[in-house]
Amino acid sequence: MDTIFAEASAPGRAGVSIIRISGPAAFAAGRALAGDLPEPGRHVLRRIRNDAGDIVDQGLVLTFAAPASFTGEDVVELQLHGSRAVVKAILDALTRQYGLRLAEPGEFTRRALLNDRMDLAQVEGLADLIDAETEAQRRQAQRVFDGALGSLVEALRSKLLRAAALVEATIDFADEEVPEDVTDEVVALITSVRADLSAEMKGAATAERLRDGFEVAILGAPNAGKSTLLNALAGRDAAITSDVAGTTRDVIEVRMDLGGLPVTLLDTAGLRDTVDTVEVIGVDLARKRAAAADLRVWLLSQENEEPGIALDPDDIVIRSKTDLTGGEGISAKTGAGLDRLVGRIAEVLGRRAAEVRTATRARHLAAMDRAALALDAATAEIAAGPDRADIAAEEIRNAIRALEALVGRIDVEDVLGEIFSSFCIGK
Amino acid sequence: MKHGQADVVVIGGGHAGAEAAYAAARAGARTILVTLKAEAIGVMSCNPAIGGLGKGHLVREIDAMGGLMGLAADRSGIQFRLLNRRKGPAVQGPRTQSDRALYRAAAQDILAGQENLGIVEGEVADLIQTGDTISGVVLADGSQIEARAVVLTTGTFLRGIIHIGDVSRPGGRIGDAPSVRLAERMDSFGLPMGRLKTGTPPRLDTKTIDWDSLELQPADDDPVLFSFLSTTPHVRQIACGITHTNEKTHDIIRENLSRSAMYGGHIEGIGPRYCPSIEDKIVRFAAKDSHQIFLEPEGLDSEVVYPNGISTSLPEEVQEAYVRSIHGLEAARILQPGYAIEYDFVDPQALDASLKLKDLRGLWLAGQINGTTGYEEAAAQGLVAGLNAARAAQDAEPVTFARHDSYIGVMVDDLVTRGVAEPYRMFTSRAEFRLTLRADNADQRLTPKAMALGIVDDTRKQAFEAKMDRLNAARETLSALTLTPSQGRAHGLKINQDGQRRSAFDLLAFPDLTLDDLTPVWPELAEFDAETRAQVEREALYRHYVDRQDRDVAALKRDEAQAIPEAFDYDRLSGLSNELKAKLGRIRPANLGQAARIEGMTPAALSLLLSHLRRSA
Repeated sequence: MDTIFAEASAPGRAGVSIIRISGPAAFAAGRALAGDLPEPGRHVLRRIRNDAGDIVDQGLVLTFAAPASFTGEDVVELQLHGSRAVVKAILDALTRQYGLRLAEPGEFTRRALLNDRMDLAQVEGLADLIDAETEAQRRQAQRVFDGALGSLVEALRSKLLRAAALVEATIDFADEEVPEDVTDEVVALITSVRADLSAEMKGAATAERLRDGFEVAILGAPNAGKSTLLNALAGRDAAITSDVAGTTRDVIEVRMDLGGLPVTLLDTAGLRDTVDTVEVIGVDLARKRAAAADLRVWLLSQENEEPGIALDPDDIVIRSKTDLTGGEGISAKTGAGLDRLVGRIAEVLGRRAAEVRTATRARHLAAMDRAALALDAATAEIAAGPDRADIAAEEIRNAIRALEALVGRIDVEDVLGEIFSSFCIGK
Repeated sequence: MKHGQADVVVIGGGHAGAEAAYAAARAGARTILVTLKAEAIGVMSCNPAIGGLGKGHLVREIDAMGGLMGLAADRSGIQFRLLNRRKGPAVQGPRTQSDRALYRAAAQDILAGQENLGIVEGEVADLIQTGDTISGVVLADGSQIEARAVVLTTGTFLRGIIHIGDVSRPGGRIGDAPSVRLAERMDSFGLPMGRLKTGTPPRLDTKTIDWDSLELQPADDDPVLFSFLSTTPHVRQIACGITHTNEKTHDIIRENLSRSAMYGGHIEGIGPRYCPSIEDKIVRFAAKDSHQIFLEPEGLDSEVVYPNGISTSLPEEVQEAYVRSIHGLEAARILQPGYAIEYDFVDPQALDASLKLKDLRGLWLAGQINGTTGYEEAAAQGLVAGLNAARAAQDAEPVTFARHDSYIGVMVDDLVTRGVAEPYRMFTSRAEFRLTLRADNADQRLTPKAMALGIVDDTRKQAFEAKMDRLNAARETLSALTLTPSQGRAHGLKINQDGQRRSAFDLLAFPDLTLDDLTPVWPELAEFDAETRAQVEREALYRHYVDRQDRDVAALKRDEAQAIPEAFDYDRLSGLSNELKAKLGRIRPANLGQAARIEGMTPAALSLLLSHLRRSA
């Protein structure tokens, strides 16, 4: 079996760089570089030499014995000074060792998956955790990485196993003393799982947003100060501003952290009827993006002005340019009211982020959707009476399989185990 | 001393052995069945019944392959009942109580009429072994029978121990001696072995039961038989009695629990959860104050009654006390006490899908020795092992069954892939393609296979072909006849008015439409015979689900087409846990589909295995 190695920290100049070696030859490889190794789980300071025996650096050496390591294999980690030359020299030395090779991207994690150190959802969680930029993203990824999805699927699965066992008992043990009518309990179990799935699926859409960023569209009539607001929030001149109405034609996107949430602000062309061909395209685009955005902020620059687009209840309508007009609202120029606006945006998006449960990806959503469809069919078949029990059982089985696709696989032994622990079978 | 020579020798004349010998002989192999007592061939040593849920499917499949069990059950059936009659046809299971004597006579009669098949009375003491090849058997008198293939069906005889209370003695079945010497030979193979137990209830004297006070369960008015060749029962149908245990029964058993072989710590074997002893029922389901008992007469003229539901290993006097506490049995006399029996089994993971031991040449195992329970499970394995032993003796390719073509395939795959933790019994819920593997279509699934193998006789072949001609004609008619929703409405049919033209077959798939509803539209439908009508209605009922299962079957077939070389070295698979490597190395799955079903296999490990197979291909 291969032993793999790679730089585990970000490449480049840094205080510390970490090289990870994993596989059956990891300890031998570590000894070749650093001499004696510490006990598993301990660290020691060692001179690190290349294969010619020259001292390359001095660093910390850590060992982990299989299976108590990230990958589930023997692992050695070297903490070196973060110099490109040092790291390269050690990687070169490892490359020349027999039976070692540079890890492919994600290979340490794949080994962790293969050795059952993580399930598939946890791997996704880890990927998200590494990519997390904001606090909310970090929390969401951490939940998945902790195995929250696995636990959820396990909880739903055990309810469906119970439902399947009840139905199967009436089929396979019809000549035994099992209850003849299990409809009430089966329907209650399915209904409860179905409700959880609905909530999860609702949250999953938001979870995608949490990972990829919420879109907030800034809208208003031409010259309402949209670009000025974008620049003020971004803290830089991302969009060109001028007194000429219709300056912004394209949609300008700025990605930022708003109250811990990842947000993409969209600056759009002012909405008005126009004959300028380029501006017409800009206005159309603005309307489309506004409709698809998670939240719309409409800037009112005139008295008695009405928003020129249909808004959702959560959307924000606010007076702009209060430095000129006075009154309640914001002035992007002076910064007045901006904190309150940011607070309102964060409050609305934060409320939505709270809907996120454990399903976070399109893959999760698709599997849950399949399960939900099967459960709806099962409910209908159960209502149709005992002569459709075989078909109801088939649908419940489909639902279980859809859920297990998220983390594992169905096993008929589990259904039989549930039957035998619940009923006295055997006349 | 040479006694004889054969292509196939079958050891044991129980249900596995009888079916194995019959299959091997039908496949054209010169076959010898060796048994202790020829008159005991086909004996039902436990309950006098054949079939049931899942089990009935197996019997139908054995019959579709031209086997013995369905025919013998039909000739001896005294109480045919179709279980789950009110549920979907996919989960209906034919069952009958059989007259023990008639069953045994039928089995022996069928075997006697089979050419190529000889029966030798004797005890097989040993196997002839050269290197890793088994080439015959040695009998207790020292004589030998050489054979190219040997099928071993020892049932509970391998180191069998019978327990009644705290009295234990060696024995294969009550009154018979166990096979210790053969067990020692099996030991020398170094096979993974385990110990299982099973039990039977005390048998009662019919004259001492107060039948008049008991609730009776009659046979079905329109009996459904096992064999596709049978139409009506051969003998008179009877009812059986129903009674229940009560608090007093439970008290007696609770007070004497420590005297039960099971609870007294005399038994180490693992018993089935679905066939618990009465002691087990009372301990594990303490809240239940009564358990049902079926009083099943063992034959039309038999004095013996089998009380189904109270198997036990309590001492005889306790058995008598608790039996007499039961309503209707107050004066019952016990003819033979109940007992528990422990026996050796071979971990079936050591077998391949033809039920041949992987590490030896020429030796097949079938029945309880593989960790199963039940006549039907044993017979189905006998069919597989006997057929394949004959094929091997003729240097032909093995014949295997798949999870998507039969319950036989499900069982064999479960056994060789998953092994057993308790005596294995068939259930319909074990079959993931349950909606397509129905008892009613076993012939359509398997008889063509049997015909290709040349193991069915002309009568069956002609009957099958005639049935298929009628069925196919009906299917064509139903597909050709179509109507629009508005035409349907004109005939009073409730159909979605969606403009979609539908065939008569499509219409039958609606849960509330039957052929009778469609006959006013198309009078020609009235010409179908009753069997054909029932068959097309069943097919239409599951059509939607069958399409879906077909897609799963296609995926499974794809995985099963990816063969794994016998000598594949799992140790070389980088990134697989040692536990999984060890498991794969032991079971040595024949293909990727089987590997996927190994317990603890993960999708990630499977994709690793697949990529490795592709790379080395």
